[in-house]
Amino acid sequence: MTQYGFHFDGTRCTGCKTCMLACKDYHNLSNDVAFRQIYEYGLGEWTQDGDGWTCTTSVYYISEACNHCESPMCFASCAQGAIIKDEETGLVYIDAENCIDCGACAEACPYSIPKRDAENSVYVKCDGCRDRLAEGKQPICVEACPLRALDFGDIEELRSTYGDVSAIAPLADPSQTIPSLVITEPKNALPFDDTTGAILNQVELV
Amino acid sequence: MVEKAQEKALSRRTFVKGSALAGLGLAAAGGTATLFGCSSNTGGEGEGQQTEAAPEEKIVWTHCAVNCGSTCVLQCHVQDGEIKYIESDNTGDSAMDQPQLRACLRGRSLRRWLQSPDRLNYPMKRVGERGSGEYEQISWDEAIQTIADEMKRIRETYGDEAMTVHYASGVSSGLMGSSVVNRLMNVTGGYLNYYGSYSSAHISAAGTYTYGGGTYGSNFLTLQDGELVVMFGNSPADTRMGGGGHTHDFAWMREAKNLEVINIDPRMTDTTCGQGGEWIPIRPGTDGALCAALAYEIINNGWADEEFLHKYCVGYDEETMPESAKGQNKSYKDYILGTGYDKTPKTPEWAEPITLIPAAKIKELAEKIGTTKPVYICQGYGSQRHSNGEITSRAIMMLPQLVGQIGLPGTTGGRREGKSAFALSSFPAGENPVKTSLPTFMWPDAIRRGEELTALNAGVQNAEKLSSSIKFIWNYAGNTLTNQHSDINLTHDILKDESLCEFIVTSEVFMTDSAKYSDIIIPDLTLQEQYSLSANGYADNMEAIVYGSPVYDPQFERRGIYEVCTEIADKLGVKDEFTDGGKTREDWLRQILDESRETYPELPDWDTGMAQGVWKRTPEATISLQAFIEDPEANPLPTPSGKIEIYSETLAGFADTWELAEDEVISPIPEFDPGFESYVSLTDEYPLLLTGFHYKAHTHSSYANNEIIQTAAHHELWINPVDAEERGIADGDEVRVFNDRGELRIIAKVTPRIIPGTVAMPQGMWHDADMNGDKIDHGGCINTVTIYRPSPLAKANPQHSNICQVAKA
Repeated sequence: MTQYGFHFDGTRCTGCKTCMLACKDYHNLSNDVAFRQIYEYGLGEWTQDGDGWTCTTSVYYISEACNHCESPMCFASCAQGAIIKDEETGLVYIDAENCIDCGACAEACPYSIPKRDAENSVYVKCDGCRDRLAEGKQPICVEACPLRALDFGDIEELRSTYGDVSAIAPLADPSQTIPSLVITEPKNALPFDDTTGAILNQVELV
Repeated sequence: MVEKAQEKALSRRTFVKGSALAGLGLAAAGGTATLFGCSSNTGGEGEGQQTEAAPEEKIVWTHCAVNCGSTCVLQCHVQDGEIKYIESDNTGDSAMDQPQLRACLRGRSLRRWLQSPDRLNYPMKRVGERGSGEYEQISWDEAIQTIADEMKRIRETYGDEAMTVHYASGVSSGLMGSSVVNRLMNVTGGYLNYYGSYSSAHISAAGTYTYGGGTYGSNFLTLQDGELVVMFGNSPADTRMGGGGHTHDFAWMREAKNLEVINIDPRMTDTTCGQGGEWIPIRPGTDGALCAALAYEIINNGWADEEFLHKYCVGYDEETMPESAKGQNKSYKDYILGTGYDKTPKTPEWAEPITLIPAAKIKELAEKIGTTKPVYICQGYGSQRHSNGEITSRAIMMLPQLVGQIGLPGTTGGRREGKSAFALSSFPAGENPVKTSLPTFMWPDAIRRGEELTALNAGVQNAEKLSSSIKFIWNYAGNTLTNQHSDINLTHDILKDESLCEFIVTSEVFMTDSAKYSDIIIPDLTLQEQYSLSANGYADNMEAIVYGSPVYDPQFERRGIYEVCTEIADKLGVKDEFTDGGKTREDWLRQILDESRETYPELPDWDTGMAQGVWKRTPEATISLQAFIEDPEANPLPTPSGKIEIYSETLAGFADTWELAEDEVISPIPEFDPGFESYVSLTDEYPLLLTGFHYKAHTHSSYANNEIIQTAAHHELWINPVDAEERGIADGDEVRVFNDRGELRIIAKVTPRIIPGTVAMPQGMWHDADMNGDKIDHGGCINTVTIYRPSPLAKANPQHSNICQVAKA
């Protein structure tokens, strides 16, 4: 089996959300469902000395889709067997026919990837655009990024090209699921167990 | 055969029923299309098989056309007359150094905007008062006849200067947008010209009086290894977001050249996050004070390039002052060092309480700028969209002059980053018989008191004064009647009065706030629904042309602007002249492409281009003002002196003769002036500055009604925790933003990414207020509270200069 996964380059990402919207267009997602999430993460204290202000503000963005984990907790949580880890590609997807809308997968996933499709009463998530993959194309998000901050392919090849960082804040401890994700860290990245910063766009997340 | 098909259909129905009980189904039956085919196919001949075949999917190439400055590729997958999804430019190599005009999130959202149920479908006439939004459907014949009659009546009654084509940018790419309306106007007598835009009128004036014209400098491709880039009010990642925009060129250079980037801005922009670089927070409107203090440090430390200043510039010091101003301590150096008229040295300590930047930080920045070579100093349009925009823009241009960093590899002249010069031939709008020109921003005054506007009080050009007030407005794809112009509540009153501007026609695709003030609304086709050709827009990483074909046939009663204008021209007896003997839109575009191919023979022809969608190549680096620097005698600048004018005698003349209020300053040198409605205007009642910014979720007001983007990237007021805590405001709270001009509602984003004392919100969201009631804007349109008061020199929009208060709603 080839395990496919994503590479994310935090030194290029500007948080523009083109990946997210390209995905919403291709997969025809509603306003309240997103297969890609953009996190704005950072910190900043302001102090005034005399008239001038100084700050420690430091912020970066992460674009995250399903990490198609080696040990997906969503898979383990689904009593219906509705979550499939493809034997050929390692991609993890939900078989809507077998989904009973219980939400166990969303609960189990440390990345909160599965989302509820209220209209159809099923859980849905990124499937790595496996239909496009079958046609030899990249996932729609990868082709969309104006700054080429995303890549997709054999995770082993991605790791040999981009290194083996698979988590920065606010992503989960990678030892839980072994995500098929490689991150080129933003210049000011904070470790996944960081407690100094916060998600700064909490109200935008779906 | 028929029998077999019916049997097949029946057996499938049975199967589906059974499998539904078993909780299985669709996948096994072959998908929903087959299901519908079965259920509807009870008796038809062979219909079951016909419906099984999905309509063929085809790819139609076109482009985004809004005014971000770029033109990105849209590769539309069209099936059965509808876009199913959009890909962008995936042609050629996708490596970072290769051009791909990849659409940003806005272009990627086009399908739902284009196919929205809210589109305008029929011509309409107003039946309520202006602004009420009350309309009834009329026939195209009535619409055409009414527009033609009003054009004739108003022109005959008030003269050609009473006619205008309103400033608009909803269709900015493509060759046949507003220029089509301009052509119609030109063949019927002309119209009042405008100069300057809402984007860049201040920097345009500043460029004119400093360099003899131009807002653009060297392109990013000139950047050198490891060099220092200093940006004022400039964020390519926020403003030119697509792969066809400067964000890509800059990201590419930043990575390839390992640049050191310093971004001076009231907000930490998306050009800074994650990518390295330093943010220096500054109080909005005070960039000129920072520049003066930087100049003080640079001069005092001996970092000024006096040889450059003496050779290429007028007015740096006494030695290079023009005769008219010699011996009066009026030079730039006198002003900076405190020997000028105000006897105030512009020290970092002087600038700290103005800019809110610590003096030590200013000294550190001055040393970097003064001792690093090359240094690329540029500005976006953010610093200049202020009440002191022109003088601020000149002050920023002063910095590279001071350190002699102009005309060399890796340098630029303090203006905006450059764009490629590649351009197609244009659609011939023809010559406007009217020469009189008014600053764009002043149109409301031209409506209510046009005859009072003169060269000296309103910047009227090519005439002493206007001969008429504006009586006719053609608003093509524009939302600047209200939404994008300052002080909506004031503009509402001016437009509502039908005795002032007597007729307004709007060509639109949605019922914008501006459209609601029209007497007639005609439903336009978007550029994606017509043939189009467009060069690449404001980018310097490529030279490109996008060939656009109609994604589907016109729907409802929507019509293209060229066809509409042709019919009006017919009613007015100038059809032959307008169409140049009967040319269609496609004829014109083919002709323009042929003309362009004479200049660029490598451009694909019509059929090849329409099939391949995009043609592109990487241009060379350009260096602004290079010829002048190499040989200033042989290549003088188009300024009165032929040199860079630090001291402008032209501006000195304006300062003497123009009618200005006490708080309006035109200065011959790029000094600091706070301007009106600035930090010096803050009161206990309105203690916060409010600035606007360009936001990813819309381009100006285009796409701001497209929920799929708005729900992904929220419209929020940025407020520092220091200011939020004082007001009991938490992240996500709804707040009131108000001043004497109005009140709006918006969600607060409490963020360390904005300087205390200033709040900021995206410009462009759609105004949504009960204009016969409390006028409170629930759409979060910044122009509910911006000031309509032209700046002193450019007579331009100060939409980032506002005082306000914010409170929890």
